[in-house]
Amino acid sequence: MDQVIRFRSAVALAGRFPVLAGVDLDVARGDVMLLRGANGAGKTSLLRACAGLVRVVAGEASVLGHDLIQDQRAVRRQVGLVGHQTGLYQEMSPLDNLRFALRAARLGPDRAEPALSTLGITGRLLEAAVADLSAGQRRRVALSVLVARDPEIWLLDEPHAGLDAEHRDLLDGLVLAAAARGRTVVMASHEADRAASLARTIVTIAGGAVESVTAPAPPPGAAGADDRPRTAGEVVPVVA
Amino acid sequence: MWRDALLVGGKDLRIEIRGRVATMQVAPYAMLVLLLFGFAFDQDHNLLTQAAPGLFWVAVLLSSLLAVQRSFAIEATDGTRDGLRLSGLDPAGIFLGKVAAVVIELVALEVLLGVGVVVLFGTRLHDPALLVVSALVASVGLAAAGTVYGMIASGVRGRETLLPLLVLPVVAPVLLAATQCWMAALGSSTTDGWRWLSLLVAFGVIYLALGVVSFSTLVEET
Amino acid sequence: MTVHKGTANQLTRVLGAGSLVTVALTALFGLWLTPPDAVQGQLVRLIYVHPAAATACYVGFGLCALASLAYLWPRTRSRRWDRLAAASAEVGVVFCVITLATGSIWGRGSWGVWWTWDARLTLTALLCAVFLGYLALRRTGGNPESRALTSAIVAVVCVALVPIDHYATSWWTTLHQGDTLMRANPLIHGSQLYTMLLSFVAVGLVFSWLVVHRYRVEVLEDRFEEEGFAVAIAERRAEASAAVQDRPAESAVVGPGPAVAASSSSAGSEMGRDGEVSE
Repeated sequence: MDQVIRFRSAVALAGRFPVLAGVDLDVARGDVMLLRGANGAGKTSLLRACAGLVRVVAGEASVLGHDLIQDQRAVRRQVGLVGHQTGLYQEMSPLDNLRFALRAARLGPDRAEPALSTLGITGRLLEAAVADLSAGQRRRVALSVLVARDPEIWLLDEPHAGLDAEHRDLLDGLVLAAAARGRTVVMASHEADRAASLARTIVTIAGGAVESVTAPAPPPGAAGADDRPRTAGEVVPVVA
Repeated sequence: MWRDALLVGGKDLRIEIRGRVATMQVAPYAMLVLLLFGFAFDQDHNLLTQAAPGLFWVAVLLSSLLAVQRSFAIEATDGTRDGLRLSGLDPAGIFLGKVAAVVIELVALEVLLGVGVVVLFGTRLHDPALLVVSALVASVGLAAAGTVYGMIASGVRGRETLLPLLVLPVVAPVLLAATQCWMAALGSSTTDGWRWLSLLVAFGVIYLALGVVSFSTLVEET
Repeated sequence: MTVHKGTANQLTRVLGAGSLVTVALTALFGLWLTPPDAVQGQLVRLIYVHPAAATACYVGFGLCALASLAYLWPRTRSRRWDRLAAASAEVGVVFCVITLATGSIWGRGSWGVWWTWDARLTLTALLCAVFLGYLALRRTGGNPESRALTSAIVAVVCVALVPIDHYATSWWTTLHQGDTLMRANPLIHGSQLYTMLLSFVAVGLVFSWLVVHRYRVEVLEDRFEEEGFAVAIAERRAEASAAVQDRPAESAVVGPGPAVAASSSSAGSEMGRDGEVSE
């Protein structure tokens, strides 16, 4: 299978602390991977390393064919990361934020509004300052940047945090749809049941290294905790 | 690079227009500094007229520090620093865009302060061309140097105190040269203003070139 | 564990001994054996300190800039240049302060003022401030390689600006020519000349002795960090095995969803709670 992420004994530092202490990881195209592990295990750092934000100083690391040790910048246009921080300018409106991100990525700014409305940011919210939005709304704006850019690799750090039930389901649908389009999704989550039902591969991280790689028992595309089979690409109906 | 510069500069100005932090805080601060000079010089009209160019540029210098700090505070909230790195924007474009935004803010401030100097200190004009050109060139120099050091300082501990320590000694020649230019332009000195202008140009060019070359390193490493 | 012997070795002992002897000789000649100047009197003895210190200061800053350039040049990039830049800048600042202090004392004696806006004095003061900023930047911590890169850039720019600073200060001070007095250059001859040359040798030796020691302190700091690195990796990996011991034995076994939910005791509570949230 086509491999998009490959790490071998990858070490990354935060100051002098090894946040990644020898990671071995392979991710295939179209995979939906769940990273699990205790707080401080290195999940966020691994996602940031995949995005070219945390420098890998030893071992091997390549994402989409770009060697991260040689050049960590090249990969950034092809990946999208939604982390704990939204990366949004507080004074600007969601619409302006999205247009800026799209223009920076050399994409048409007309993608902004559809993406925002997918995540339920419409009407008055489009023009309000991001600082005036609720935490959940800000997170949805951050997710809509990802939806609008639709990069090769989606890196999601606790994507469900701060979202209400309705938008959690919406997000799950977006993730499955992306995977069905051939996008690769790597997410870190503590929401085990929900995330595990999406995931085709579950990776456990501990002490800055991969501890185990498992596949959930049901075949890929079907839900584990959910008894209703879910096909890739299906947007989960909204629960009122 | 130019396209990215336009994008980033436009973004910074848009944030300024929406937030009005510089307008509502930096401009009053600069006017206050001028007023305080008036107090410090005890209303001595001749002395104030004589010193007006210097006082004006000290006020601009102090305000430029605030403008630069503001420019990088924008990039420090809620992961926007990572956003900028992930955006795929050309670092040289980011640099030029941020410099352009600071220059525009500084020029607006200088117009305001200029009126303030005329009103408060009662100065007369001698060579308007030199006045305007030197103000523009000096602003570019201040903004370019400030943006380089603002980027360096933004990633480290104690950035609020480190920035003035890094910037002020470095821009001292700008203060000297711009003041001399303005003294010539206002007719309060017989010095050759255009010679001083060449110094301002050299300073601006050095820092613009430096920023364009080094910003990719600075964005990654700080 | 090896016990570090400090930063001294044969070279620094020779340098140190040489420094001691030449400084003592300079003091002896400078303070007692040379005659006072006809014009400046006893003040002339500052000539055995001030010019040499000023030279050492400029050599230090120049060395810092050259080492920083060498670090920035990809082919010669090495931590050695970074260490040399740090060491020479620090020693340069020390001599810069000595230069300013002796210059000020001299100014008080010959012009009656502690400070005058003399072009060279102003330039030196400006450089001192610039390099104090550089040293402050070096102290901010963080990743050593990032710090080396940014401080190398700053050092090169600081020195690239010296011509601009030079013109600015010299044009500026010539504006007020009437206000300042030209320093009457004492005529140096005989024993005075030899003593002054000796002072250059003494300061040169002290300068190199300090730089070598300071450089070695940087080496030790790097080694401390490197030794710490292996330990840090081992500790980080140990976090994982510590976590495993807390868990049920089947945790590493490949298992389906439900088993996964039970596998991690630390994350278990959060996971259990989530079960209620899902549809």
